[in-house]
Amino acid sequence: MKFSSSLRLEADVLIIGGGLAGCWAAITAAQTGARVVVAEKGYCGTAGVAASAGPGHWFIPPDGTLRRDAIARRLETAQGLGDADWMETIIDRTFRTLPTIASHYRYTQDDNGKVRYHALRGPEYLRALRQKALDCGVTVLDHSPALALLRHGDTSIAGATGVSLKSGHDQWIVRSGATILATGGCAFRSHLLGSANNTGDGLLMAADAGACFSGMEFSAFFTIVPANTTMARTMIYSFARYYDAAGHELERPPGSHDNSFLARALKKGQVFCDLSGVPEDIRRQLPQISPNVPITFQRLGIDPFSQKFPVSLVGEGTIRGVGGIRVMDRHSGCGVPGLYVAGDVASREPVTGAISGGGAVNAAWALSSGCIAAEAAVAYTRRQRRSLKEPVTLPEYEAIAGDSTAVEHAVQREMLSPNKQYFRTASSLKQSSQALEDAWERLSLGDVHQAGARARLRHQELKALTAVARWCTASALARKESRGLHYRCDAESVAMPAHILSGGLAKPWTRSVPAKVPS
Amino acid sequence: MIELIVETRCTACNICVEVCPRDVLSPREGQPPIIAYQVDCQTCFLCELYCKTDAIYVHPDATQAHPQNAEILEASGLLGEYRRNSGWDEWSVHEELRNQHWRMEDVFRRARSP
Repeated sequence: MKFSSSLRLEADVLIIGGGLAGCWAAITAAQTGARVVVAEKGYCGTAGVAASAGPGHWFIPPDGTLRRDAIARRLETAQGLGDADWMETIIDRTFRTLPTIASHYRYTQDDNGKVRYHALRGPEYLRALRQKALDCGVTVLDHSPALALLRHGDTSIAGATGVSLKSGHDQWIVRSGATILATGGCAFRSHLLGSANNTGDGLLMAADAGACFSGMEFSAFFTIVPANTTMARTMIYSFARYYDAAGHELERPPGSHDNSFLARALKKGQVFCDLSGVPEDIRRQLPQISPNVPITFQRLGIDPFSQKFPVSLVGEGTIRGVGGIRVMDRHSGCGVPGLYVAGDVASREPVTGAISGGGAVNAAWALSSGCIAAEAAVAYTRRQRRSLKEPVTLPEYEAIAGDSTAVEHAVQREMLSPNKQYFRTASSLKQSSQALEDAWERLSLGDVHQAGARARLRHQELKALTAVARWCTASALARKESRGLHYRCDAESVAMPAHILSGGLAKPWTRSVPAKVPS
Repeated sequence: MIELIVETRCTACNICVEVCPRDVLSPREGQPPIIAYQVDCQTCFLCELYCKTDAIYVHPDATQAHPQNAEILEASGLLGEYRRNSGWDEWSVHEELRNQHWRMEDVFRRARSP
């Protein structure tokens, strides 16, 4: 297909995705004097899952044995798949870098007059990051989803192209010395707060460029929300008790992140939450801690502290899960020359291992991998000194499928079923795998050639989330044991911890590689 | 999902069109934007936060539409609650609306302690 007009830009570093990781990457690269362009699918400042949440960060001062102890605890929960060096790197980077946002974020003092630099409210944080990036001279393209990476003849990355949803142009083309993917994880269009744009676009582009993935099986993660809402803020649920429709209290296993007991109960019927145990002072403070939580209840006409209310589970996929593009070196490279990865699009196995990093480690990873990718991208482009005029071939877009809803639902039936994901068996995974292959095939039967920007974007998103579902499922089949977020009802015991790598578009592949033995 | 832009409050500044991460809204010359793609709304409430005249109402149900009536909404006091509780814009001078997000880790710690 042909677009009628194109916006063409040149940059030293192109960053795809303007959320937490992309913004820190942009600021870091621009501060070295590099020309930086951020291409964001939505609006840089409200983009990414952090924008509607409130990330804490893994934030430990270099005092005594504090860092060493924190790393030792994390290595234990990582179940053999963590990397102490990476943990040390992100702790140090986050501690040094995060307070610099005070130039644009209005920190408040706690009851002791102290500023807690690691805890930021999402909307204010992302607004501050956008402004800081603009003040550093970053060019921001809002409403500009990327659809394909551009490649040189030698297959190194030469920039990217995509569509514009709001400008006078239909298409944008950015030629860059280096490119950073910071497009986030994939929650398969569940109703997880702020995640509808997180369809795994970066993973699809990376696979196309030859990168591979790691830890995709660690994607079975579901969070409690008031039924039918997106409000996946977890704080008040730490005081919750749960009841079935008959009023019997559900037994909650230890370990706050494991919601499989709710999955079991929800399979039988409605589950109700009781928040009467939330202390009075916290109830009063809630509107100023997480302002979006009370408005949700208020608008549903529920007093959550005196009335039991129905809850449901929303899938977090690789967002609160772990898997993503495998980081191949200490510079956030992914094995493709000129391409770097930052934030949730990258596998967080080095810092979280087999379990979720939760908000704190994931935010520290997003910030740190963003900064590290930016420095590596700047160094690469200065080393290469390649002309941005070198001819590259623009991608041929495929025909899109007229009816995409059926494909989306087919993928969601597998990936957003808490039961299928929490209680995996070889046979359930093979069934999922077959359903996903059918969905993938249906996507390739496109017949619409002249599609507008929005329709082309939706097709690309659907293709990406279907591809991510296939890698998650193939990896879950390949890991025959239970480990961390991945639970197999038919688990075999495996002595040595290993990483499950995956990749491939036409046919997903997996490979098991032994984990690095800690020195 | 986003349900209503209250016409009598909207100044057609189009900031909501700009900040919406899902491109749900379309601008109109001198008039309130149209909710052009309601089903694409991700129910993140962020448009409300950026609307200085509190003209937007997002219903928490992400699965189906709940059409709203402007007069009832005006009377409900629900408009602008998110922006006020966040202490944005004119509310930033109110000490009692100060950002207390830093309490979150203390709350988690308290829930864990017996």
